[in-house]
Amino acid sequence: METAIFIVCAAIVLAGALGVVLVRNPVHAALSLVGTLFGMAVLFLNLEAHFLAAVQIIVYAGAIVVLFLFVIMLLGVDRLEDLSVEPIAGQRVLAAVVGLGTFGLAAAVLATSDIGLPTQPALTGPITDQYSNLRQIADVLFTDYVYAFEATAALLTISVVGAVVMSRRMARDDQARQSAQDD
Amino acid sequence: MVTASWYLILAAGLFTIGAVGLLVRRNPLIMFMCVELMLNAVNLTFITFGRELGDIGGQVSVFFVLVVAAAEVVVGLAIVVAINRRRPRATADDLSALKG
Repeated sequence: METAIFIVCAAIVLAGALGVVLVRNPVHAALSLVGTLFGMAVLFLNLEAHFLAAVQIIVYAGAIVVLFLFVIMLLGVDRLEDLSVEPIAGQRVLAAVVGLGTFGLAAAVLATSDIGLPTQPALTGPITDQYSNLRQIADVLFTDYVYAFEATAALLTISVVGAVVMSRRMARDDQARQSAQDD
Repeated sequence: MVTASWYLILAAGLFTIGAVGLLVRRNPLIMFMCVELMLNAVNLTFITFGRELGDIGGQVSVFFVLVVAAAEVVVGLAIVVAINRRRPRATADDLSALKG
């Protein structure tokens, strides 16, 4: 059963990823991204990461992709992109070399290394069946990683403030443009 | 039976697709989506190794990656909006104001 789920989800994930890269319309790319993220959430469930599967759906498919779609609509850039021309000569050949190199090296390491054998006890907390997945994450998050957790609060606040500041229409710019038009 | 290697190879493939897309595409929004693909590939690797080594730390790391990815998307899209206001329909090739 796990094998069947893995094969179906891997196909969905890879198809969605290829869709993001190859599709010409940004809206279609965002929808392909939803497919990839959803398949990824099911793979997380397969790996018994229940909490993160739910967070993946809520944060990624629910918030981030909707934000992408909002920006696409806001900018009105839902036009088709011409993918037949190569902006920089030789770029795609080099990108293919980089891609094959990355995948080839990673696959070679995975094929030759001996992974999956725990050689040392868990550094943070062991995964047990005794508690729920959420409780195990919370136990570690609010003890070992509590400062990092607090720092993420600061990070989110700063990024929200930064987003507001950067996407705000500058009053001074508008006045300058207005006076330029008047002249 | 699915072994951890299958998940890791899938993650490597996804990372590769994201990296190639980031290099090839010129639309800043699509480039952000490719970054998300790469982050997701790394998340899958974290969770696979976390389960394989019996350590909950992998899942905690993924939690932090999710938070940082959300912050990155918010700031990045704000930059895209700001750039598009000044230079409509700019692609990544057009933005050379910081070139030395």
